[in-house]
Amino acid sequence: MNDGSLAIRDVTVRFGGLTALDDVSLTAAPRKITGIIGPNGAGKTTLLNTACGFVRPQSGTVTFDGHPLTGTRAHRLAGLGIARTLQGVGLFKGLTVAENVMVGATPSARAGVWSALFGLPRSDRDERRLRERAMQALAEVGAADLADRMPDTLAYGLRKRVALARALVARPKLLLLDEPASGFPENELPELGELIKKMAAEAGVVVIEHRMDLVMSVCDTIFVLDFGKLIAVGTPAEVQADPAVTAAYLGADGSERTSGEPPPVQEPPGPGAERAEGGGPPRPGADHG
Amino acid sequence: MTLARHVGAALVVAVILVLVSIQLSSYRDYQMAEVAAYVVAVAGLTVLIGLSGQISIGNGAFMAIGGYASALVLIHLGWPLEAVFAVGAVVAALAGAVFGVAAARLRGPYLAGATLMLAVALPTIANQFPKQFGGDQGLSVSISTPAFLGATFPPTRWLAWVTCAAALIALILLANLGRSRVGRSWRAVRDDEVAAALAGLNVARLQILAFVVSAACAGLGGALLAVVTGIVAPGAYTLTLSIALLTAAVLGGLGTLPGALWGSLVLVLVPTYLTNVGASHGLSSAASSSVPIAAYGVILIIVMLAFPAGIQGGLRRFFGPATATPLTALFRRTPVSEHQEEGPS
Repeated sequence: MNDGSLAIRDVTVRFGGLTALDDVSLTAAPRKITGIIGPNGAGKTTLLNTACGFVRPQSGTVTFDGHPLTGTRAHRLAGLGIARTLQGVGLFKGLTVAENVMVGATPSARAGVWSALFGLPRSDRDERRLRERAMQALAEVGAADLADRMPDTLAYGLRKRVALARALVARPKLLLLDEPASGFPENELPELGELIKKMAAEAGVVVIEHRMDLVMSVCDTIFVLDFGKLIAVGTPAEVQADPAVTAAYLGADGSERTSGEPPPVQEPPGPGAERAEGGGPPRPGADHG
Repeated sequence: MTLARHVGAALVVAVILVLVSIQLSSYRDYQMAEVAAYVVAVAGLTVLIGLSGQISIGNGAFMAIGGYASALVLIHLGWPLEAVFAVGAVVAALAGAVFGVAAARLRGPYLAGATLMLAVALPTIANQFPKQFGGDQGLSVSISTPAFLGATFPPTRWLAWVTCAAALIALILLANLGRSRVGRSWRAVRDDEVAAALAGLNVARLQILAFVVSAACAGLGGALLAVVTGIVAPGAYTLTLSIALLTAAVLGGLGTLPGALWGSLVLVLVPTYLTNVGASHGLSSAASSSVPIAAYGVILIIVMLAFPAGIQGGLRRFFGPATATPLTALFRRTPVSEHQEEGPS
């Protein structure tokens, strides 16, 4: 497939004895928003890590735009047109907001190390161009006025916006968003939803999210994982109607859970789930990659 | 624009330095030359640690490489001084590239250990090849004052001019780098390697580049020090030198070029000043020579307590935003696994 879509085929990932992903397949189409949901520890982040080459699967393939991604080194992803945000914030705390976003645009810089060393006009021009692009990306996420602030002085939700701008500034063809809404104030969620939809106008977006109202309102297709297995795929409406999904979220199959952990705390996904849950603390060791 | 600004500032400083050097005694001129040599080496180290977030306790070894390389070129080939200094920097940079490849795989204390080994092991090589490197005695390096300055021109003043000119050029280049996207990328890698890689930065390449730059500066510093002291010998590049460089960088304020100057001033001026004070108060030479070491420790403790970001960090606290990095930040790096579990909860 050479059309800018991400294709994960029959991927299995094991960490020691734990099977984090069991024969999972997923396709994320360009200019569509693909959601990955599931209870804590279902393997969502592992799936994203596999998708961007951080985790090498025991079997299965991952391709983007026709290129195999397995084993790709992280810094090559940007060149392939893939941007990924981290579950935390991952901003550079010693850099201003504008500089943080400029780092995201650096791969497009044309001036080399030598022109930087000698401070040539070429390097200065490059810097101005990077700064303009960074300011543009900041404006897109509604954070243009923060350009000269240090990340540590910002509220969590604002930092997430800056991290989004850093991913956006490279004009990626595929955006992987790991819990973009965590830490976002409740009343700004609709705005985040609009922002994600706007991103999908130019790129394919894959989003992991706990906030069900956000997922249900923005996603075109949703993949539901539970204990490393794909249990449902479909439109938001189809997924909400799927009894297997409800069971996974309610823990109806709780008796089968071997580790004796409490059932997950999320609301069942449904029209009534207006009250978004941030999700409980991650189950230790379950979702790591 | 960047270049013009930095060159302009350097020219102003150069004029001031020339005027000052004319006023100073020949011994003070000698000290000025010494400070200039150390500034280059310390500036390279402060860029490595403060900007790229890697540590080196072994930059004295790169000074040794630069010192020996330039001494050999001067003695055997008789090249002009600019070329001799360039050789010192380039040879050390090559050694830094080789070492940097290994260093890019090491973090924090492990990197400190590896560079420490370099500082201990490398200078002893000179003893293994007494024919080429002069063994324990080392090689003597002498340069002459150019004829147009006249026969009575103090040689140490010429040394001060030469070393200060070389130091200013090195500082201009470092300032250019620090303000460019290279400097920004280094700071990004320092703060968060995973996020930097995801933003498209080649982390290992940037870390190696920082080592190369740092080693080149140490090499140039070593070459300058060789012509200032007139000798290159294993005894001049001991572990103590490497630690002194690190101390000067930390004391001055990591990641800041003015900090390299403050650190080098302390490094050169405090010991001689205190030895003199001790001697003039009737201390025996054995006692007065240990005063500087004690004072050094006291100064280091006081500065670190009062200004964790060094002298430059302390000055910035009063005059502007602090950008120097506290040393402790180096040992709190974010491992990959932390990213995948952390959340706001």
